[in-house]
Amino acid sequence: MTATEQPRRDKDGRLTPAPPEWTTRPAAPFPEAAVKGLENQVQRANLRHATGTIRAKRARVVAEVDNWQDLRSAGEAIKNRTLRHLDQHLVTLEESLTKAGATVHWARDAADANRIIVDLVKATGEQEVTKVKSMVTQEIGMNEALEEAGIAAWETDLAELIVQLGHDFPSHILVPAIHRNRGEIREIFREEMGVYGTPAPEGLSEQPAELAGAARTHLRNKFLRTKVAISGANFAVAETGTLVVVESEGNGRMNLTLPETLISVVGIEKVLPTVEDLEVFLRLLPRSSTGERMNPYTSMWTGPSAGDGPQDVHVILLDNGRTNALADPKGREALRCIRCSACLNICPVYERVGGHAYGSVYPGPIGAILNPQLRGVENPIDKSLPFASSLCGACNEVCPVKIPISDLLVHERHRVVEEKKRHQLNQFEPAMMKAASWVMADHKHLEAAGTASSLAGKLLPIRTIGPLPGPLSRWTQNRDVPMVPAQTFRQWWKENHDERA
Amino acid sequence: MTSPSSTGLPGAGKTVALFATCANDVMFPDTPKAVVTLLERLGCRVVFPEEQTCCGQVFTNTGYYPEALPSVKTYVKAFSDYDYVVGPSGSCVGAVRHQHAMLAEEAGDHGLAREATAVAARTFDISEFLVNVLGVTDVGAYFPHRVTYHPTCHSMRVAKVGDAPLQLLRAVRGLQLIELEFAEQCCGFGGTFSLKNPDVSRAMVNDKARHVMDTGAEYLVTGDNLCALNISGVIHRNRGGVKPIHLAEILARTEGGNQ
Repeated sequence: MTATEQPRRDKDGRLTPAPPEWTTRPAAPFPEAAVKGLENQVQRANLRHATGTIRAKRARVVAEVDNWQDLRSAGEAIKNRTLRHLDQHLVTLEESLTKAGATVHWARDAADANRIIVDLVKATGEQEVTKVKSMVTQEIGMNEALEEAGIAAWETDLAELIVQLGHDFPSHILVPAIHRNRGEIREIFREEMGVYGTPAPEGLSEQPAELAGAARTHLRNKFLRTKVAISGANFAVAETGTLVVVESEGNGRMNLTLPETLISVVGIEKVLPTVEDLEVFLRLLPRSSTGERMNPYTSMWTGPSAGDGPQDVHVILLDNGRTNALADPKGREALRCIRCSACLNICPVYERVGGHAYGSVYPGPIGAILNPQLRGVENPIDKSLPFASSLCGACNEVCPVKIPISDLLVHERHRVVEEKKRHQLNQFEPAMMKAASWVMADHKHLEAAGTASSLAGKLLPIRTIGPLPGPLSRWTQNRDVPMVPAQTFRQWWKENHDERA
Repeated sequence: MTSPSSTGLPGAGKTVALFATCANDVMFPDTPKAVVTLLERLGCRVVFPEEQTCCGQVFTNTGYYPEALPSVKTYVKAFSDYDYVVGPSGSCVGAVRHQHAMLAEEAGDHGLAREATAVAARTFDISEFLVNVLGVTDVGAYFPHRVTYHPTCHSMRVAKVGDAPLQLLRAVRGLQLIELEFAEQCCGFGGTFSLKNPDVSRAMVNDKARHVMDTGAEYLVTGDNLCALNISGVIHRNRGGVKPIHLAEILARTEGGNQ
């Protein structure tokens, strides 16, 4: 046992593996970022396999529940009701937490939250913390903020550990390393584990049991050494001040029980009014996310308990754009999200490009609506996200809290376009749309356009349109298009069928 | 208005306003023609209100709400007098039912929203009109070919036509229906999605075209010609030989071949 090991620095002087470059500088808008994902053949195969498997599993276990649609409606109703009176529930939550012995902090944004976290860890004198997988700490870039403050933050969720050691970024909400296969994981463990802690054993194979064993040893030493842990929460019960984390491996529970200090960062939309409300979500979440009937570990804690587990318990309630989202009567529906990732697993776009293309900790269909809600539609990435969907609507049907994702995508597109019009940028598309709108406003206009088109059909001696230059190459690069016919339906009707003719 | 010979037919006494849709009008006129043939054979009186233009979906789905509004107004004006409006596109019918009232509300025009809701409730995709309104699945069609069916996303998830197209296809004489693998996955067209995200769109349609070609069918049947155009464009480029055809064009064909 090397429990006395001290944090060490890698060749770049960092305490933890550096994340990929694109997370620390402005990333590309979706269409551009997607190309990278599409070109990565290994990732595409990994994603096709993984999403296909998890989709089938979800469908199977959801079909077992007779009242699944009622459960979804209940989830939707509870979330809507809670969000409607969020201010009151938050006050209740703060009172309950304080009464239970926890210290409550409020954070307006990422900078606020990170400052509070860094101060709390520094106050303990520790240089290392362990983490249970948490979307919200990814959202605020906490690991990097801690690194800058000279504190190493260690991911302890197996998949999140793979991502961190691989100098990578999560590609999925629930399965952060979904884009990696066993061979890649073995290489990451062999090369990186020793740099930052207990090395992988000699002759490590690709067998899942051996890989899990290596991670277990590596993590166990960190668990035994660190005195501060950081968590998120899947739910926060207002009436009792109880926080809930659901997970599959038990590493989360290690974080929640072993250290002396526990800091939980919780988005303010995670509140549920009562313990009874949990029942609905503890049924909806595992079936929707991992395709399991019940998640293996559900941990609940209500402040510190004397002589057992962390004695210094802090809860940071984070806004970071959530009240802005609440202010939009339509867009706020995205705040119902319980981060199950069913919409990612069913999305044909996500399946092909992977999560990194979305330039955010929230990828896939939910990311395409949640990010513009939380971050606004001003920057190039968030502007591009609502268009990163063919609007096939598969996501709507699997969402356990009935978020009308494709309607919200259209709603966000409308916001982006209005923003574009206000700033007089890129006038080509609005002008085209205005012209087309004029054509469709009156049948005489459409008839004229139809006549021109059918005239081309009559005059041009071709039957098929092949590759074309310019913007049309986007379509004709891989598709042939038939020539327009020589007569429109309208013309045919007038000549052959109109009673007045 | 029903002619004596058509009494007793499922459509007898019903006047149907044909919503040809702009894309079918200009690019695929054979499809609305087939709808006319089919409905008249079943005893319906078909009219074509010439004021009609478009469902406005391309504007709405690209985020151009004010630009979509003229289409909503035109649609309401053209079709509000009819008990049945029938179109050969799950996507356009879905847009009418799912988006028109929303657009009117967004524009603050509650009167238009009410009218749009009323007309939308009487608007049907051809497959659901036949099965759910006329109550027929066997329309007397004959089509001696191997076909595979792609349920387009908007037929399935917005218009929610259910298995009406399959019920109709199964009753066609001579037709051999081959199951399509990953049938419910999107073909990647998505209107302006194919222009805004051309690379992703291509990746999706290439997979779809491969699955269609793998069936060995002679025809790819859909209820939306633009999805079929997207898929068959790739098949044609790859000399795959599976021809696109609209469901209505199969249903309009009878033994003796009078369409």
